[in-house]
Amino acid sequence: MSSGPATPAQGAEAPAAPASPRPEPRGRWGLEDLPPLALRVREHIVRMATAGGCFIGASLSCADLLVYLYTRVLRLSPETLADPGRDYLFLSKGHDVPALYGTLAELGFIERERLGRHLQTDDSIYWHPNRAVPGVEFHSGSLGHLLSVGIGVALDIRLRGGANRVWVILGDGELDEGSVWEACLVASALRLDNLTAIVDRNEFQANVRTEELVPLEPIPAKFEAFGWSCHTTDGHDFGELEAALAPLRTAPYVPGRPSAVVARTVRGKGLPSIEAKADRWFANFTAEEIEGLLAELHGGPSRGITSEGLVVR
Amino acid sequence: MTAHAPQEAPAGHEARGRAAAAPDGGAGTGGAGTSEGGTGGAGTGWAGTGGAGTGGPAPRTYEAALAALSALRPELVVMTAENRAAIRGLPPVLGARFVDVGICEQTMIGAAAGLALRGRTPVVHALATFLVMRAFEFIRTDVGIANLPVTLVGAVPGFLSDGNGPTHQALEDVALMRGIPHMQVICPADEEELIAALPAILDSRAPTYVRHNALPAAVAHAAPFEIGRAELVAPGAEGGVTLLTYGFLLREVAAARLVLEEHGVPVALLNMRSLKPVDEVALVSAARRSRLLVTVEDHFQTGGLYSIVAEVMVRHGVLCRLRSLSLGERWFKPALLPAVLAHEGFTGPAIAGKVLAELGEQALLDKTLVDIPGGRHRPAGRR
Repeated sequence: MSSGPATPAQGAEAPAAPASPRPEPRGRWGLEDLPPLALRVREHIVRMATAGGCFIGASLSCADLLVYLYTRVLRLSPETLADPGRDYLFLSKGHDVPALYGTLAELGFIERERLGRHLQTDDSIYWHPNRAVPGVEFHSGSLGHLLSVGIGVALDIRLRGGANRVWVILGDGELDEGSVWEACLVASALRLDNLTAIVDRNEFQANVRTEELVPLEPIPAKFEAFGWSCHTTDGHDFGELEAALAPLRTAPYVPGRPSAVVARTVRGKGLPSIEAKADRWFANFTAEEIEGLLAELHGGPSRGITSEGLVVR
Repeated sequence: MTAHAPQEAPAGHEARGRAAAAPDGGAGTGGAGTSEGGTGGAGTGWAGTGGAGTGGPAPRTYEAALAALSALRPELVVMTAENRAAIRGLPPVLGARFVDVGICEQTMIGAAAGLALRGRTPVVHALATFLVMRAFEFIRTDVGIANLPVTLVGAVPGFLSDGNGPTHQALEDVALMRGIPHMQVICPADEEELIAALPAILDSRAPTYVRHNALPAAVAHAAPFEIGRAELVAPGAEGGVTLLTYGFLLREVAAARLVLEEHGVPVALLNMRSLKPVDEVALVSAARRSRLLVTVEDHFQTGGLYSIVAEVMVRHGVLCRLRSLSLGERWFKPALLPAVLAHEGFTGPAIAGKVLAELGEQALLDKTLVDIPGGRHRPAGRR
């Protein structure tokens, strides 16, 4: 994209605050533009993993998915945040909100400078989504809620004859919550085919691999059994995401059925030194480690992490 | 949750223009209170009930009231978790605006929040126990944090669950709901008051919990329903007793008042139909002019009217002897309502008897206490 965002800064020389190119309107993003955009979102995530920290592992797994949705799928822009005809995205897993903050900042929904106020009392950039951040449709943090909230929104859209669609991102660990399956039953009963659930399948609950604690597989068969139509995709491959999600922009997989997508992802994707590690769900790194991780994000060698892993929750 | 049946006994037992600045700091980007597509309230009150009177004459049933309100307010939707006894006639009237999610209270509340985000004003009708407890965290988190205009109507609360047993006995619903910031708690004395309250509740645009009650009028209501205002059913006299109650027990407490007056005890009676916001003026006045306050409620002692009165008196520094007639720390014996009232001592005469006993006890205490200069009291026998 010739007039696109500035080339990301390289390696550990990345500036403390990212450059501020003008946000691109949706629809101007080609698939080839997405990797550099996702890289900048990941930089934001890494920068939030210090001075208190953040849920870095769960955010990095979800970054490509969010970047793809906000650039290629959602009929939504900073100008249409209050438009009843917009598409709705609900972040139900909640702790991946740094990926959303980063995406919203890169796309001009919020000022990048706000990310520097992470965990500051003079702003509302904290560990879970909240509506003081433009672009966040509803607060979350308590798992198993927003599929139900999405049902209400999808139902009203249908009542009003709207063509807009509702997207809900679920964590795989979140599927432990009974309320998710209650909502799956109800969405199917109400034949809400304007509703799509995407599971960020990074294979970890908070501190344990899902299959070692409460096995979830086969997830697609579960959704199918609940009356949904479900596809599986690679949550880090934009071509695969395009194949799985682009059709849902205007129609369900199967008329009359809600749609589900299992996006296979890697916790901590982009940072080999923390990828798929149980103790790197939430991390609070030193400033030096952050510089090292930013370099690693840009393909540099791992400089090692000395901070102890955290078991939170 | 398995069988809820029989959910509502055949004996007749039986949703704010704008949420204030959303407490979660909603940025006004389509969140609470921005009412996308909503058309706002259609006016207040039923004709002839003291409101603006744009709602036509008051219907005679709760169900008819919801039907009439839904015709006036296109944003109104009625939801249930398959608890249709009191609203069984609404599906053909409301069409797609009647949403029955099956026995899924959590999803029902989440969906109600989603509908409210789109400008709807959901009236959620479900059994009180499962509504406020199974779905408590959804109410607190989705409706409460976002301060959404969702009206929660808890069916068969308190004694009205008759023979269902403790699983169905909502005896902590008032305590739970009033603990949620911004949540109003309204407990009508009868169906007439329930119907009168509905337009005011919907117009308030506040999240509201309502104890459903479709029993015949307990007393002749003189004052129009108003959120935050108690109804003074009988004025009593200075130095007398004030009885305070809410819900269908007003009928029994009114009967108790007559018994007490026959015994020469002047009794004021307050219908505390709005428990949150509560009528602090009425409570402080009662505490100032009475020698005994008695709260009567089909609720555990903790967190209900007894707690509310105690909190208000302490806050205002006005203290009066306060006795609680409640379920204390126990569930009640399941049976049909009249038998429950008799067994648990909540008939008019039984309530009067307890008040007389309380007064006797106080008279006894008065006899054994003497005033010590300086205002301290000491039992007479220990001088």
